[in-house]
Amino acid sequence: MKAYRGKPSIFKSNNPDEKKVADLEVRNLSLNFGGVKALNDVTISVHNGELVAIIGPNGAGKTSLLNCITGFYKSQKGRIFFNGKDITNLPPHHLVRIGIGRTFQNIELFPGMTVLSNLLLARHNHCKYRISPASLFLSSVREEEIRHRRVLEELIDFLEIQAIRKKKVGSLPYGLMKRVELGRALALEPALLILDEPFAGMNLEEKEDMVRFLTEMNQAWGQTMILVEHDMSIVMSISKRIVVLNFGEKLAEGAPDEVRDNIEVIKAYLGDTGRV
Amino acid sequence: MSFFLQLLINGLSIGFLYGLSAMGFVMIFKSSSVLNFAHGELLALGAFFFLAMITWAQLPIAVAFLVTLVGCFILGFFIERFFLRPLIGEHLIYVIMLTVGLASMFKGIMLLVWGGNLQTYPEFLPKFLSIQWDVINIPPVYSAAIIIGMIFLILFGIFFKYSSQGIFMRSVADNQKAALSLGVHVQRVFALSWAIAALVAGMSGIVLGVINGINVHDLSAIGLKVFPVVILGGLDSIGGAIIGGLIIGVLETFTGGYLSPSLRDVVPYIILVFILMVKPYGLFGLKEIERV
Amino acid sequence: MKKFRFHPCGNYHERYSQELTIFETDFGRFWLCIGILFLFFVLPFVSSPYFLYVLNTIGIISIAAIGLNILIGFTGQISLGHGAFIGVGAYAAAILATSLGVPFLLSIPLAGLISALVGMIFGIPSGRLKGLYLTIATLAGQIIIEYVLIHWESLTKGTMGITIPRPNIFGFKLDNDQSFFFVIFSCLVSMTWIATNVMRTKFGRAFIAIRDNDRAAEGMGIPIFGYKLLSFGISSFYAGVAGALWAYYMISVTSEPFNLGLSVEYIAMVIIGGLGSITGSIYGAIFITFLNEILRILTDILMNVGVFANAGLNVAPLREFFFGMAIIMFILFEPRGLAEVWRIIRSHFRLWPFPY
Ligand SMILES: Nc1ncnc2c1ncn2[C@@H]1O[C@H](COP(=O)(O)OP(=O)(O)OP(=O)(O)O)[C@@H](O)[C@H]1O
Ligand SMILES: [Mg+2]
Repeated sequence: MKAYRGKPSIFKSNNPDEKKVADLEVRNLSLNFGGVKALNDVTISVHNGELVAIIGPNGAGKTSLLNCITGFYKSQKGRIFFNGKDITNLPPHHLVRIGIGRTFQNIELFPGMTVLSNLLLARHNHCKYRISPASLFLSSVREEEIRHRRVLEELIDFLEIQAIRKKKVGSLPYGLMKRVELGRALALEPALLILDEPFAGMNLEEKEDMVRFLTEMNQAWGQTMILVEHDMSIVMSISKRIVVLNFGEKLAEGAPDEVRDNIEVIKAYLGDTGRV
Repeated sequence: MSFFLQLLINGLSIGFLYGLSAMGFVMIFKSSSVLNFAHGELLALGAFFFLAMITWAQLPIAVAFLVTLVGCFILGFFIERFFLRPLIGEHLIYVIMLTVGLASMFKGIMLLVWGGNLQTYPEFLPKFLSIQWDVINIPPVYSAAIIIGMIFLILFGIFFKYSSQGIFMRSVADNQKAALSLGVHVQRVFALSWAIAALVAGMSGIVLGVINGINVHDLSAIGLKVFPVVILGGLDSIGGAIIGGLIIGVLETFTGGYLSPSLRDVVPYIILVFILMVKPYGLFGLKEIERV
Repeated sequence: MKKFRFHPCGNYHERYSQELTIFETDFGRFWLCIGILFLFFVLPFVSSPYFLYVLNTIGIISIAAIGLNILIGFTGQISLGHGAFIGVGAYAAAILATSLGVPFLLSIPLAGLISALVGMIFGIPSGRLKGLYLTIATLAGQIIIEYVLIHWESLTKGTMGITIPRPNIFGFKLDNDQSFFFVIFSCLVSMTWIATNVMRTKFGRAFIAIRDNDRAAEGMGIPIFGYKLLSFGISSFYAGVAGALWAYYMISVTSEPFNLGLSVEYIAMVIIGGLGSITGSIYGAIFITFLNEILRILTDILMNVGVFANAGLNVAPLREFFFGMAIIMFILFEPRGLAEVWRIIRSHFRLWPFPY
């Protein structure tokens, strides 16, 4: 099989009406767990084609924010809009359908399945056939399955995971699992891709690969992304805009340089020692 | 009014027995998160063992009682060691079905040895335990049951709150892996909780046997009644088991008395579904936190 | 001419479609054809009536077991209510046939649908409950349905039961084991095939995803509640069809057999056969049926031996005991069931005479 180094078809919008747009707006979002204020009056926005990074110390509420956007947590106050539509507290599967895909901080792959089956799962909403033809496995169903397989193979080539496509995910090293999870999120064909610490637990080489994938997707193909990450050097280099959270509140927002020099941010990270 | 009172008293006494029977069940769930479908059979085994001790071995009552408790303790230990230990960490369905298999085996053995007929203990409880007051008539077994039940409840409370084994058990129930890495001997905890649970079950079996007679089918049916009771009380709350038992008992007798006797047996399960839908962790159970 | 495919020693597929087949090799497909020919054209004509009865029982039970395996083995929802759903199917068929005069060919799928509906209603708690809480809810469902079957006397005739006339298909009367054999096994073969198909499309994948990690499944855009209900529906549809066939085959229905014990027996079958394996469900059904029959014959023989006859030995306790033991042995020693045993034997033969 020839190696494929082109643009995977999921990034090609052959139909201009179906052009993927992603405009996210989070307004005054608050989320409490009992007494813990995980998020307090957070407002952020992400525009089409942007790569926005969210950073903050442990427990700042980054994951909670992503969980609210993707529907896993129900916020108590505030609204979330996606492409002008109010999506606050919609269930996750609904949000996937309208174009929000994500990866999880603690890898949530299906360890007993092969890489390919994991990716195939993400094609769920793109499989249009109904149960009656499926139960007879009509040729239309077969053709559709093959079409999805072809889409996935392109993704597999893009992510350079050809060699492991038939391996059980549980047997893979951590870095590759993260890559498979990215692949699975991409297979959803999301307009907005949300990544929760995709670099965690990776060695330098793997990080380099991952950075390459992310920048190619974002800069060459215009994939809109939200990235939560602790590795500052990566965040500073690949994102145009950074949002800093601390104790559930938005501390700062701006270009990498502004954020780096922001006194509040330095305090939050290094502790308020008085001598900044 | 006196009909009402009589129903209430009946309900409370039946309910107390349910609660008592459920205690061992909760004990196992609390430490090892195992849903024990063999609980009814454990009750029956205790009752039959006691019967064998007094009729066949001709032991004096007190000795027979102690021997039965020790026997049940060992049995519980044995069950954990040989059947459940290999399944630690296995999928829920295997654990559930293993207890179902055990239930079936025990039931088969008991039917082979003692048959399916109703048997009774010889009269042995002292008369002074019975309480008579106006319409209220509490037979001696119930007083004995209440005393024994209270003692066990208090012992368990102290055990779980203060003793190191009890704290280990709670830690294991909360997070097996974490407890393991802290050096808690998880397997010993499981074994101990099964042993104690079997002991409590045996004791409840004896009490039930004294009241209703001993019959394999009836006693193992109690094992199913335990489910509404513990769901109502909260699967991991021993005190909740007693209260759940009382509520279910009262509801049962009231439906039996006022609505229709045939509804009586199904009402607990209707309540069960209702509780599960509204408050899945019961009245006193702890809610699990699920994070993404 | 087409080249026949045997077991390759690597992945030599040239088209994606080749990975979508049920059988890896033409060899497997060939044996299946032989098996089906044997099943329909030899077995019914050489078997004794008793053996045909056993086969028919296996056929009916297999259908219900496949249904339960879809729910438990594929979707991971442990249900203790399967026996009740079979009962619903049986009663539905009986009532349709007697009170409404619905013909056989229609009443079987209708009974399946009614059962599917009931199954989905009792599957609603799965929206909020997981794991053992759901299991307990289905336990309640079982008991409630059992109660309704007994006490809704205007419909179910209570403990008396309903007697069904012998059905006929296209003017062909089904009145012996042989004619039923064809009906039952046509149902079994087609329903096995359908289940296999559904399980290899997005529906089956969604079920497995829900079983393995429901949160991630939700994150993949799978509406888990809907799919759980679908799984309950399919599973009880199979149960309903099995129940309906059973009712027709047995001529009469009473509520007695559809108790918790039956539900448990089906779970046992599914475990013994192999969770998450369609064919495994059939192995499980065969195993349990044979176990029952062997124990019955054994007790019959023992009863005549005299020593035991006085002891009033009957089959129930022995059955309980060995049934329990079988479950325990399989869980402890071969939790993946007969399907796995069969796979091991097969690959052993395939590789013979080399040990790996
Ligand atoms: N399901 C939950 N129940 C209770 N508290 C929660 C839950 N999820 C998050 N929290 C709390 O919310 C706060 C924010 O947590 P969150 O996981 O969003 O932090 P984070 O910024 O992602 O941190 P990290 O960098 O460690 O991933 C923490 O105090 C956490 O304990
Ligand atoms: Mg986080």
